[in-house]
Amino acid sequence: MISGSGSGLSKTKLIGRRMFVLNFAKAIVFTGIVGRLISLQINESKKYKTLSDKNRFREWRIAPQRGIIKDYFNNEIASNEKVYQIHITPENTIDIDRLFFRLKNILNLTDRKIYALKRVISKQKPWEPIIVSDNLTWSEFSRVNLFLHELQGVEPIVSVARVYPHTSTSHIVGYVSKASTKDLQNKEYLREMAVAGISVGKTGLENKLDEKIIGKVGFQRYEVNAYGKRIKQIKIDKGQSGKNFTTTIDLEVQKFSAELLKEKAGSICVMDIYNGDIVSMVSSPDYDPNAFVHGINKKYWDTLLKNEKKPLNNKAVSGLYPPGSTIKSIVALSALENDVASPELQVRCTGVIEFYGEKFHCWEKKGHGFMNMRSAIKRSCDVYFYEIARKLGVDRLSKTAKKFGLGEKVFDNFLEERSGVVPSTKWKKKFIGQNWYLGETLHSGIGQGYFLSTPMQLCLMSAQIANGGYKIKPRIIFDKDDKNNNLKDYIEYKNNNPDKTISTDILLSNFKLKTLFRNQENINFVKDAMFASTNEPGGTSYRSRLKDKKFIFAGKTGSSQVKRFTEAQREAEIKQSELDYKDRDHALYIAFAPYENPKYSISVVIEHGGSGSSSAAPIAKKVIKKVLERHEIRMAQSNNIGEEI
Amino acid sequence: MYTSRSAFQSSLTFRDKIVSLDYTLIFSILFLGIISMFAMYSTDGGQFNYHTKSHILRFGIFFILFLVVSLFQIKFWYSTSTLLYLIFLLLLIGVKYFGISSSGSKRWINFYFLNLQPSELMKIGLILFLAKYYHRIAIYDVNRIKYLFLPIVALIAPVLLVIIQPDLGTSLLIAAGGVIVAWLAGVKIKFFAYLSIIFISLAPIAISFLKPYQKSRILTFFNPDRDPLGAGYQIIQSKIAIGSGGLFGKGFLNGSQSYLDFLPEKHTDFIFTLFSEEFGFVGSLLILLIYCLIIYRIIAIGNVTRSHFGKLYCYGFATSFFIYVAVNMGMVLGLLPIVGAPLPILSYGGSSMLSIMLGLGIAMSCKVYKDVPVT
Repeated sequence: MISGSGSGLSKTKLIGRRMFVLNFAKAIVFTGIVGRLISLQINESKKYKTLSDKNRFREWRIAPQRGIIKDYFNNEIASNEKVYQIHITPENTIDIDRLFFRLKNILNLTDRKIYALKRVISKQKPWEPIIVSDNLTWSEFSRVNLFLHELQGVEPIVSVARVYPHTSTSHIVGYVSKASTKDLQNKEYLREMAVAGISVGKTGLENKLDEKIIGKVGFQRYEVNAYGKRIKQIKIDKGQSGKNFTTTIDLEVQKFSAELLKEKAGSICVMDIYNGDIVSMVSSPDYDPNAFVHGINKKYWDTLLKNEKKPLNNKAVSGLYPPGSTIKSIVALSALENDVASPELQVRCTGVIEFYGEKFHCWEKKGHGFMNMRSAIKRSCDVYFYEIARKLGVDRLSKTAKKFGLGEKVFDNFLEERSGVVPSTKWKKKFIGQNWYLGETLHSGIGQGYFLSTPMQLCLMSAQIANGGYKIKPRIIFDKDDKNNNLKDYIEYKNNNPDKTISTDILLSNFKLKTLFRNQENINFVKDAMFASTNEPGGTSYRSRLKDKKFIFAGKTGSSQVKRFTEAQREAEIKQSELDYKDRDHALYIAFAPYENPKYSISVVIEHGGSGSSSAAPIAKKVIKKVLERHEIRMAQSNNIGEEI
Repeated sequence: MYTSRSAFQSSLTFRDKIVSLDYTLIFSILFLGIISMFAMYSTDGGQFNYHTKSHILRFGIFFILFLVVSLFQIKFWYSTSTLLYLIFLLLLIGVKYFGISSSGSKRWINFYFLNLQPSELMKIGLILFLAKYYHRIAIYDVNRIKYLFLPIVALIAPVLLVIIQPDLGTSLLIAAGGVIVAWLAGVKIKFFAYLSIIFISLAPIAISFLKPYQKSRILTFFNPDRDPLGAGYQIIQSKIAIGSGGLFGKGFLNGSQSYLDFLPEKHTDFIFTLFSEEFGFVGSLLILLIYCLIIYRIIAIGNVTRSHFGKLYCYGFATSFFIYVAVNMGMVLGLLPIVGAPLPILSYGGSSMLSIMLGLGIAMSCKVYKDVPVT
């Protein structure tokens, strides 16, 4: 066509020029795209690789198995058992409401439970499984398996859960239960362990040892697609089961003691006086710790709470009782150590003394007559100890009592343990805000008034008297690296080398021992007086003595008043058994056995049991016999226990 | 002078035609086609499934079509361009009445062997139409209002028809092709400025016609984290896929982002992402180079072809081709909003493939008949 040809050249030129501009622009844009590729694929590649892996992988955590707790003879006192569970993964279900409707018929779920489960589901991610029932019976479990084809999203799982074979150890071991929000807040180590169904130690050793016994969480890493569906397993880490622990408890003695306390409220503690190993620590009544593992039912919970004997309370370490006459050994010791009185000091007991117009009664209304220190302990004369306490003063008494373990916790971080009270003038000023009255010193002298101690403290006190006045550190967890036998070694050394004249101070520091006495003769005096109290006619626990030479033991009774006797009651000669259960005295007994070459100390507390001699001492006698009978076996075990762990 | 040469040219033998084909272009296209088959195989999860099979079939058919079109006389395309444009426009109108809908938009007409998307064909149709129009008018007439009227109508009619489908991406690409040809032909920049001002002032009205998903796509472009699981998801996942490819990629069939379905629309708009994830920066650069080569060859044809129609068409098509590539890559790299623009040849989609192959064929025809005057 000619029409275009006139301007043909200039038109071609124009098009070419404009195309040049466009090409330039293209070059810039392509450069920009290359630049972007460099920035994404080279500079920031690492970041995007991480993001891509984050997309790709998802981890499911696996709850670890808790470590096992054993007694001294390898009997399991907290172990694991197979349990049958039903899990639902919400994203795999078709219609969650229909599914629950079906499950409700199969498993007898309550509407409340379903409502709670739905709430949990709405809070978590759809691929996170939820435990519907964590402890099914075999018949329920097999019924679910039978209908499994119509229950899409349901997974029957065989898992492990805590089981406690013995109720007698319930207070020692404690129990586990589902981790609460509070647990997750308070316990640092739990934060990385947020796994469906993980159990946390709530009380006792389960709580004390939780961090070590809980184990390490494992995980399964899956490659997932964009919809969260698992494509393949990439990695599995089964985690680590928690550490196993061996305790110093002798299950045999524990069960035996628990049986003796049946139907009673009280506690029995038995301790090795050399290494502080707790042989038995019973609190009665006990409870079934298994009930807590899968969530306690309300009915059982209510019965536990309503029981006036308070089964949940670990009385051995958290029950606080006035030590009563069991403290008289310490009062006597304190007086001797401070040169306030000599054993020959005589006091005439007429059944009552009057002090600044207040009457202080002896438990023996008729009075004991003339008493010296030994007979006063033997017959537990109150008037004698009013006099001693008056001379001694509360502050010196309190110092000795603290030295022997009263007023402070026996164990380290045992959740339930309480420290009790050893009163002094300063203490009263600080905690009550009043000045000390002399009359209160007299009450303190017979272990009444402000004095409060736990059975475990009393047991430790008698142990430290029995071992000759050396400080020991009680323990309940056996540690093969620390046989804790310094005191025994020391005594052996001394017996084997009676002629060596190394100074006692150096020896003590070599064996890392700490003495609690100024003059060991004073300790021996107290031990002898306790022997008299049990083995000589007129002693308060004479009727509970063991005659077999092997088993002869020394002890001291005590009764602590719950409610002060009114003068009227005193006149009427009301007997303990005639009082309301709640108003009866607590019966206490401390002892060490055997008297010659002592090995164990024991404390028995029977709440509202009346008098120590009538209810606590007979029980102590049976336990002592049992413990001494098992002594050989225990020693044999102590030689090979270290090898087995 | 002219007559003698035209006589010579008109007597081209078949052998002459074959020899004069641009083999660089042909092999670039073939190479890209082969790459696209592998990419498609990967999107099918490493299996020889529906998408791969149908993509290979289409590529085969349309590649032959491309060769056949190449051998058509350029005069034929010149004389039928208006007709083609009108046919495509009719098809676009037809979409409105006989179209089939998918995910909220009506873009396709069902022919039994192919769901045809006329808007894709219109990309070529408009370039052809305007190339012919500006071929015919003298240079001093180009900027006269009288002669601006028809191009504007020819451009706006299909664009509006596509916008209401709604398909924002394709309508913009059609408009871009038209604008480029008009500008190359000499239309002054001020007219485009006026047109833009009119469009911008109409924009609020247009936005009210936009579907919510389109609005959110535009908003999301400016801030992909606005809704990471919603509209921003595609951009974020695409960037993760490309970035995680690194220098050499994760390897063929190992693109976890696409394999595990994190990547949306991996067959079509995001095919480059998949390739980039599996073959890394090196692979991406290779693709980019092939596209550069194709574009360069088309421009080169424009340079040697003597007719204004041929030049305008080749330049216009080359630039449009460039824009398709740039928009798609810009989109998957997070530089542009997700508008729905396929990557030429690589993306799955029959209409897009047909349109590109047709366009390439016409460009090749410009080469074969480069010295033949067009009337």
